[in-house]
Amino acid sequence: MSFSNAVAIAGVGETDYSRDSGRTELALSLQAIGAALDDAGIAAAQVDGLMKWFVDTSSEAEVAVNLGIPDLAWFGEINQAGNVGAALVAHAAAAIHAGLANTVVIYRGVNGRSGRRYGRGDVTGQGGRGAGAFTEPFGLLTPQHGLAMSARRRMFETGVTSRQFGQQAVIQRKHANRNPRATFHDRPLTLEDHQESRLIVDPFHLFDCCLESDGGGALVLTRPELARERRPDRPLALIRAAAQSGPGQSSPVHRTAARLFAMAGVERSDIDVVQIYDHFGPFVLFALEDYGFVEDAGHFVEDGGTMWDSGKLPVNTSGGHLSEVYLQGMNHLIEGVRQARGESTSQVPNAGLSFVDTGIGTGAVILERSDA
Amino acid sequence: MSDWTFERPPELPLPQPSEESAPFWDALKERRLMLQKCAVCGAISHPPRAKCGSCGAMEFVWQASEGVGEVHSYVITHQAVHPALTGYTPFATVEVALAEGVRMTSNLIDTPPEQVAIGQPVQVEFMDVGEGVVLPMFRRQQGK
Repeated sequence: MSFSNAVAIAGVGETDYSRDSGRTELALSLQAIGAALDDAGIAAAQVDGLMKWFVDTSSEAEVAVNLGIPDLAWFGEINQAGNVGAALVAHAAAAIHAGLANTVVIYRGVNGRSGRRYGRGDVTGQGGRGAGAFTEPFGLLTPQHGLAMSARRRMFETGVTSRQFGQQAVIQRKHANRNPRATFHDRPLTLEDHQESRLIVDPFHLFDCCLESDGGGALVLTRPELARERRPDRPLALIRAAAQSGPGQSSPVHRTAARLFAMAGVERSDIDVVQIYDHFGPFVLFALEDYGFVEDAGHFVEDGGTMWDSGKLPVNTSGGHLSEVYLQGMNHLIEGVRQARGESTSQVPNAGLSFVDTGIGTGAVILERSDA
Repeated sequence: MSDWTFERPPELPLPQPSEESAPFWDALKERRLMLQKCAVCGAISHPPRAKCGSCGAMEFVWQASEGVGEVHSYVITHQAVHPALTGYTPFATVEVALAEGVRMTSNLIDTPPEQVAIGQPVQVEFMDVGEGVVLPMFRRQQGK
């Protein structure tokens, strides 16, 4: 049996999003998992797999005990930073497809604002060790530093501009303004606000940078038959294709894209709605080009191509990391599922194929709507 | 701009050499910029690797670099996102494309942040930063 559509994301759940959760990261994960299981209509005792972000502080063992899982048959994590969401979905779905587990929960709970802040070099720095020996002594100390370096070069090579980056930030803010869960639900953003916002690491302005957030999210993966039996009342999000890519330079995005679209058996033009990992907004534009959706993302965004309702290909319809929450791709996966089920606050009509990228160097998934 | 001089934030981390990279850092102490070269196919790598990216060999020699290249990209830190940068912003970091075909992260010691530009021809300049550590810095090539 083909991997395509053999596994469903049967449930999604999240906590409230804030700057100071007042809860432990374990409590955030457990709350989100509870919501996702309720959404799927599946009891915790039926879960036999757990996967988490490598950087997540709540171990599978702790979560299993707290959920009362009687037989944990599959667990694991992927040794990268925030950008592992799609890779975890690929691993969990592969385990279910292979018969190694029946129902796998993927979770992420983080106090990323009130606790360890990823934008701070003293949190993410390597003290001059490893690859950091060649960058940190010269002032490249944070994720934004390395990414700003490649963004600057790309601006030089393609002519894409900060104003075009700003247009995407404005579009995502409009999506967030429609999403009551979003951190910036009540705060509009103009292109002038973006351009006048302070530079963090030039070329990144403040509003090119993701939020820092406290919150949790979870996904429940299982076989479509079980998912449908539990929730016969609504469309189901099937995993049409999943592709992992290697970290660093070990698999360029265009190769990941080729594998992903070959597995799905669809063209870029068949995709109805897109979520892209936006640790920094400019990378939304770069990914649109690298995945092959458009040739000139700067002008595509400038013309409103990524805007919900009017654009040709709506992108980051929940607000993304820039304006909804920084849950390191978990919120992109949740929104991708909602689009496939017809439940987004910026719903693309008749979205049959929902694409989610969760970060350069780890992969993407294509979700397919399957009507009840 | 002639009187502008780079001031290195003293709290920035110092490189912690690995087994592969120790010859690179050791050569710098003698004010020599050495690049790792595959003993089999001759491919130049930087940062140093355990296994050649071109042919897979694991034997290397070290070749003296001319130390010339051009600015490939740069960033300017405006917000002190690390405590070491407090009081030192705006702070420019460059990526230099060396003539040997590899890229090296560094700082320009003679160019204020607002004048850094992609394509600027540069040449290496060694900077003793204490504790027996010498870093490869760059300055504009004369007349360019």
